[in-house]
Amino acid sequence: MSQLVFIVFQDNDNARYLAEAVMEDNPEAEIQHQPAMIRIQAEKRLVINRETMEEKLGRDWDVQEMLIDVISIGGNVDEDDDHFILEWK
Amino acid sequence: MSVNALYDYKFEPKDKVENFHGMQLLYVYWPDHLLFCAPFALLVQPDMTFRALVDDILKPATAAHPDSVKADFLNAEWVLNDEPFTPKADASLKDQGIDHKSMLTVTTPGLKGMANAGY
Amino acid sequence: MAVKNKKLNLKDKYQYLTRDMAWEPTYQKMEDIYPDERFEGIKIVDWSQWEDPFRLTMDAYWKYQAEKEKKLYAIFDAFAQNNGHQNISDARYVNALKLFLSGVSPLEHAAFQGYAKVGRQFSGAGARVACQMQAIDELRHSQTQQHAMSHYNKHFNGLHDAPHMHDRVWFLSVPKSFFDDARTAGPFEFLTAISFSFEYVLTNLLFVPFMSGAAYNGDMATVTFGFSAQSDEARHMTLGLEVIKFILEQHEDNVPIVQRWIDKWFWRGFRLLSLVSMMMDYMLPNKVMSWAEAWEVYYEQNGGALFKDLERYGIRPPKYQDVANDAKHHLSHQLWTTFYQYSQATNFHTWIPEKQEMDWMSEKYPESFDKYYRPRYEYLAKEAAAGHRFYNNTLPQLCQVCQVPTLFTEMGAPTKLSHRQVVHEGERYHFCSEACCEIFEHEPEKYVQAWLPVHQIYQGNCEGADVETVVQKYYHINIGEDNFEYLGSPDHKHWMTIKGQKPADDNQDAA
Repeated sequence: MSQLVFIVFQDNDNARYLAEAVMEDNPEAEIQHQPAMIRIQAEKRLVINRETMEEKLGRDWDVQEMLIDVISIGGNVDEDDDHFILEWK
Repeated sequence: MSVNALYDYKFEPKDKVENFHGMQLLYVYWPDHLLFCAPFALLVQPDMTFRALVDDILKPATAAHPDSVKADFLNAEWVLNDEPFTPKADASLKDQGIDHKSMLTVTTPGLKGMANAGY
Repeated sequence: MAVKNKKLNLKDKYQYLTRDMAWEPTYQKMEDIYPDERFEGIKIVDWSQWEDPFRLTMDAYWKYQAEKEKKLYAIFDAFAQNNGHQNISDARYVNALKLFLSGVSPLEHAAFQGYAKVGRQFSGAGARVACQMQAIDELRHSQTQQHAMSHYNKHFNGLHDAPHMHDRVWFLSVPKSFFDDARTAGPFEFLTAISFSFEYVLTNLLFVPFMSGAAYNGDMATVTFGFSAQSDEARHMTLGLEVIKFILEQHEDNVPIVQRWIDKWFWRGFRLLSLVSMMMDYMLPNKVMSWAEAWEVYYEQNGGALFKDLERYGIRPPKYQDVANDAKHHLSHQLWTTFYQYSQATNFHTWIPEKQEMDWMSEKYPESFDKYYRPRYEYLAKEAAAGHRFYNNTLPQLCQVCQVPTLFTEMGAPTKLSHRQVVHEGERYHFCSEACCEIFEHEPEKYVQAWLPVHQIYQGNCEGADVETVVQKYYHINIGEDNFEYLGSPDHKHWMTIKGQKPADDNQDAA
């Protein structure tokens, strides 16, 4: 059985960078656009890297900033200074 | 089983018959007539006759359904609290074992509701 | 990078500002300070194993929450200043908000009380801090929802007395009793019920597709509070999953206790969400996704992945999930026809779906809609056109546990009502399902005291014997304004005026 993790962002300016960074770091992920929201799902694992986001934004970015734009998640969370990981092990 | 609690956990049931001022609750379900979304909850006198239950309460309650005028409830198939039941038209509810919070199910042969969908 | 090194890293900061703020008591015993921690039978060996994956500390919490609030209230202001209510898809949509404000927002407040309470009852500092933050979040949700809807209250009926209605109105006893049940349980059951079963497994169904639907219907205020609340929810969901894993890892004796709670609270949440099923399919004029589709994505798919992950602890999926999965084809239709027939006693309006909406449902529910439900609406439309708009004038039987009218059908038999009855200590009790019956039999003392609205009316405890008096005097529902059919209602007429169309007449032809 397939075991998907997912993350949902508000469809706003900030989250568009987030979505772009996620898709770059997780090329196998699937992105879905629904009214006012962006949903990304992937088999077993999704990662958001601080480095990729800082590149996209052109400024320092704290991983916890994502709390402002995220609507929902599915999967075990592992967060530190450099990344945010969703995972079914 | 019983509740796992910090103290002796015991409460009176909220719907004991004495809370209904001489009346009692009765539920009636008419299968295949889902125009009425759920069994009716009725407030009835324990000493009313079965005939009065049908004529004065059940008929008006079901009147909105086109099958209602055709339904011969007194001679229909009844179930009382999951057991087959033959009502006595002129005996009281209480005397034929229809007690507080009993459930009656009445099937009317030949009447299958609307649209072939039990509605 | 030199600047960065001066900052504590996330893990250290969390350790200093959370765990290290706690202390070992010396002149009181731990079990006296936290007396509610053991009676449920849950065994905790080592609280230091508790993980908060977000590692959120109070300083960061205030910073991010303040930012969320600023964004949110800027949108509320803009919405009100621009008369945003005039730009929604259709005034029928507002009825979903009436149900939300009276059914859901008071639950946010109940959740605030619940987390404030259990946040005092754990001897582990990590759990206490997480509950404290969630308590503040829930209070924020309750407040922002009321602020968002206060604009609608100026223009539409039925929104004027939500907390009062929540405590009294028949169908609102469903959400109220759900949360009362959870809040009167012990602290670990409360977390399993609300953090895990409700927040993690089920609330996506309300806050994600329904809020996306609000956006699709032009309601920027609601989608914004919905998503702002949900951004806290991501944290709550993570807490929910961590709680379960933590309890299960602590002791194998915890497994059967937690399994029973999961079975119970999945089912109770599923019954509660039946209200959301009709909000999605019937109360959003512009449709985003059907209830069945949402159930497939957010329960069958995501819930499936979750329970597969929990297998290693000996946890299986909720006992009655098959019944819930089967019900996805029927739930919203059975609920809507119920509310349609009891609209004389609701603070919102109901209506017959329009033709293109029914065609959408035929497409989304190929197995059930045309066969079982379209004929209902055709009949009801014909009756309404002939001047006999159908109202059921007899009160319905309610389930002793979930308090929903016993309207659900058996799995695989959609014309047969599901019903169970038991006799406990000489009293008869009735249930909508095997699952609710089992919940009762496990803790009968809890449910024999259920305040069932129909029985309370019959006992004479609701200011009158007739529905009209109960509705007006006891519920504070204004007759002829808040209740009855949508077509021809004051809201409908008002909306026609806003849209510059000729005032609606009282003709109730839905087509």
